[in-house]
Amino acid sequence: MRLSRRSLLASAAAVGGTAALAARPARAQQATLKVGVLTDMSGPYQDLAGPGSIAATQMAIAEFTAANPGLRVEVVSADHQNRADVAAGTARQWIDRDGVDLIIDLSNSAVALAVSGIGREKNKAVVATGAATSDLSGRACNANTIHWVYDTYMLAKSTGGAMVKAGGDSWFFLTADYAFGHALERDVSEFVRNSGGRVVGSVRTPFPGTTDFSSFLIQAQASRAKVLGLANAGTDTINCIKQAKEFGISRSMKVAGLLVFLSDVHALGLDVCQGLVLSESFYWDLNDRTRAFSSRYSPRMQGKRPSMVQAGNYSCVLHYLKAAKEMGYAQAKADGAATIAMMKKIQADDDCFGAGAIREDGRKIHPAYLFEVKAPSESKGAYDYYKVLGTTPGDEAFRPIAAGGCSLVRS
Amino acid sequence: MMGFSRPQNIAFWVMVAAIMIAPAILYPVFLMKVMCFALFACAFNLLIGYVGLGSFGHAAFFGMGAYITAHTAKVWGLTPELAILAGGTVAAGLGLVFGWLAIRRQGIYFAMITLALAQMNYFLCTQWEFTGGEDGIQGVPRGYLFGIISLKSDLAMYGVVAVIFVAGFLLIHRIVHSPFGQVLKAIRENEPRATSLGYRVDDYKLMVFVLSAAIAGIAGGLKSLVFGIATLTDVNFPMSGEVILMALLGGMGTIFGPVVGAAIVIAMQNYLAPFGAWVTVTQGVVFVVCVLAFRRGLVGELAARRRLSL
Repeated sequence: MRLSRRSLLASAAAVGGTAALAARPARAQQATLKVGVLTDMSGPYQDLAGPGSIAATQMAIAEFTAANPGLRVEVVSADHQNRADVAAGTARQWIDRDGVDLIIDLSNSAVALAVSGIGREKNKAVVATGAATSDLSGRACNANTIHWVYDTYMLAKSTGGAMVKAGGDSWFFLTADYAFGHALERDVSEFVRNSGGRVVGSVRTPFPGTTDFSSFLIQAQASRAKVLGLANAGTDTINCIKQAKEFGISRSMKVAGLLVFLSDVHALGLDVCQGLVLSESFYWDLNDRTRAFSSRYSPRMQGKRPSMVQAGNYSCVLHYLKAAKEMGYAQAKADGAATIAMMKKIQADDDCFGAGAIREDGRKIHPAYLFEVKAPSESKGAYDYYKVLGTTPGDEAFRPIAAGGCSLVRS
Repeated sequence: MMGFSRPQNIAFWVMVAAIMIAPAILYPVFLMKVMCFALFACAFNLLIGYVGLGSFGHAAFFGMGAYITAHTAKVWGLTPELAILAGGTVAAGLGLVFGWLAIRRQGIYFAMITLALAQMNYFLCTQWEFTGGEDGIQGVPRGYLFGIISLKSDLAMYGVVAVIFVAGFLLIHRIVHSPFGQVLKAIRENEPRATSLGYRVDDYKLMVFVLSAAIAGIAGGLKSLVFGIATLTDVNFPMSGEVILMALLGGMGTIFGPVVGAAIVIAMQNYLAPFGAWVTVTQGVVFVVCVLAFRRGLVGELAARRRLSL
């Protein structure tokens, strides 16, 4: 980890240094934009986002500025420590003091909501790629924020709906006993029922602090449901997956994780995760374009493959720069809301998510995929983890625009 | 003035001058955060430094103050001063309950009871509707002071935070140096003797516990207005730990120690943020060095070396 960060910094400095040297004699009056990556560098999301998010951002900038030498883009980054107050303080300082024009990543819902509000107040652009809460394009939406990559609605819809279509028609839920867990269970249940499946039961696990899920897992097993839905997140989910494996539950039931990412599967290993079902909007091995992106990304990150959040940062920065070029860099620097409006107007297309669009409420639209984790024998090498079980097209994957309660939507 | 010793008097005016000059050099939002936490640390220090009661659950009061202030300002539309007052009042009420239970025990048992109660409070906050669970209360308006002066600009807010901080600081100093404070120190030094002299020790302890909780609640309320958010971070255990670190680093039982400690800890969090994981590592190293090398804290050590009372 230490080595990787150091070499990352070194390469960043090298790239920045050579860019500065090359640019200086060419043109004195060069447009400059500044991107702030506010991510988790030390907590539970550092593998999902973290250093990889910064690398992906630098990749997008390097590719764009290579084709558009009239622009210089600087990157600053900071650790939000999963604390909204730290994030809010950093974001304010970036905007007030350092002239940051775009803040991205925000891999924590409370952090994303706080920074989104600051972006609105100061009229800068905010793109949340790492946050889950669908409120960002619903009740808490604003004209300066776009929610990229995924949200809780998409995960529930893809995992709930597509799973039933793939044969998993009876569900049992293990739900973390707090608002987030309840909401997740409610949303997924609705999609399961709408697709013709049924929910045979659920059990609430105390939150926070449950580490032993054995009694709940046995209850789940006794229900004879085909699918065990994990309506929880983070370490709760990790513990459930491990213990489900130990109890042999993953042999009789399909375990569906609602907030599980490639980095979690990588950390747990295929032996523990095999058969696990989950949803993401990006996987490095989906098609030629995602593979091409990943093979450009890997050398920057010591062979690691990008997660969907990291891919999202690449995708949104590229799109932001395209929009800024379209409207003129000076205008983009001056008016965050106008830049976001331009991003909504122009067609989105990149290697990671393919062609897509951004809705009026700030929701980026692209397909969602239901994956099953491969058995160790099926995997052909490092990071060959998923097989596709189902695809939800973009226009169905996200919450209908009228149902979110976003004030930007004219009814 | 105010019962300051000469060096305290000088230090106080240096601090006031620093508060006035600093926003010209440093980022005002950062300074406001420092003052909020300094007030919180002073409130904590009132208990541990002057009565010898080490509370491990002070985040409960800080966080509750933040939640109540945020809720009343955002949903009820109270003006900022009333919202902060509401936060302080609820925190004092909570302090009354916690204190009533906790002061029956001493030392580690006292610490454990406060910790347990604070964790219960944290658990409630994750469940309660009005706290917004994981997402917290977002977009809290700074509003208009007394319904007239807009606090939207950072400098206006800075003025309010500075005035409340200095007032809270002086209040704590006054409490410590009043006859009431003398009794508190007597309890710290020898509780049975204070009892034998005819003081109702439990009443004194409860009283100071409530005062400390109220000031912590006001600090939390201020913070929620400065940043416009109140989240679970404010009520969670690491916050209780952080305030202990601040008091320890600066010097427990000195009036300026917690202020210095808060400034150092917040500066570390702020200026080390670009280095990612190193924040927590550095905090740990600083803590260990402090405990090993200068056990009385920075200000405490300085005071002891120079034989001053700070």
